[in-house]
Amino acid sequence: MHELSIIYSVVSTVTKAVADQGGGQVISVRLRVGALAGVERDSLLFGYDLATQGTPLAGSVLEIEDVPVRIYCSSCACEQTLVGVQSFRCPVCGRPSGDFRSGRELAIESVEIETPQSEQAPC
Amino acid sequence: METRVLELRRNVLNKNDELARNLRARFQQAELLVLNLVSSPGTGKTEFLKKTLTALREHGLRVAALVGDLETDNDAHRLMESGAPVRQITTHGCCHLDAGMIERHLEGWALEDLDILFIENVGNLVCPSNYDLGEAVRVALLSVTEGEDKPLKYPGIFNSADVAVITKMDIAEACEFDREVAEANIHEVRPGMTIFAVSAKRGVGMEEWLAFLLELQSPQSRYVMAIADAGRRAVIS
Repeated sequence: MHELSIIYSVVSTVTKAVADQGGGQVISVRLRVGALAGVERDSLLFGYDLATQGTPLAGSVLEIEDVPVRIYCSSCACEQTLVGVQSFRCPVCGRPSGDFRSGRELAIESVEIETPQSEQAPC
Repeated sequence: METRVLELRRNVLNKNDELARNLRARFQQAELLVLNLVSSPGTGKTEFLKKTLTALREHGLRVAALVGDLETDNDAHRLMESGAPVRQITTHGCCHLDAGMIERHLEGWALEDLDILFIENVGNLVCPSNYDLGEAVRVALLSVTEGEDKPLKYPGIFNSADVAVITKMDIAEACEFDREVAEANIHEVRPGMTIFAVSAKRGVGMEEWLAFLLELQSPQSRYVMAIADAGRRAVIS
């Protein structure tokens, strides 16, 4: 159920950022969601249509980029991507690693907006 | 009409993260150790915390607790039996505590007059993992009745924790609970994590847990807290 409150945070942050940039209709919002972020893709998408009504985000598309868990393996001396989230072991040598590098992201990466030409900033 | 892309690169929960950063700075300023207890409903957080508060007070430490529940202040009353100051946070349906709730419920408490503050989160193994409360140490609890594979089912919260506590060890045998398997599963999702196995009711394993807290609270251990603060809680962008 906290997906909806997460979506409301997205709407509030994006609305403010777009207003700060002179306004415009939002076409798409890109989120980065880590495999360990604890949020469910379908619930985010479901909540998005509901929460964006009556805002500059209404009718926009929510794009979700899945971020896998990456750990640093000291034996292999490099970062490795985990296939799942049930085992924090290097997929190459099998050694456990608590050196967690990514996978808990829950971030707004970018927003695509449609701007009336008269309001466009010079390049 | 033309389109353009705004690169935001901002955490969704940036408002919570900012409040949590401010709380953490206040806690460090007041030299206050703060622990956030997370688990499923019914794991025994309240009983475990009540015994912990009672024992720490006997050691002369100044302890307090905030306890979160969807409804009722039953848990706060149970915790008050320890003699420690306790405040109930009633979330009215919200499935986790956030940093704003912590900030509001600390109002009027002189943090510098406390040594350890415990935050008993709402019983939930999913949502609380996203919400930094400014704590130095996150403790994930698992009871013997829940099954050894709970950490594999909820890797997010166990991975976000710094310490694990297995509770209700007094009924482990009746539940055919395999401690070794449970510990292996915890280490599968969080290699190297410190694990305690206790029965708060019977007092089993509580001495080790209390010794750990006393060690954490000592001035020479503050660097451990700093490491935990910097690493585990940061949401990586």
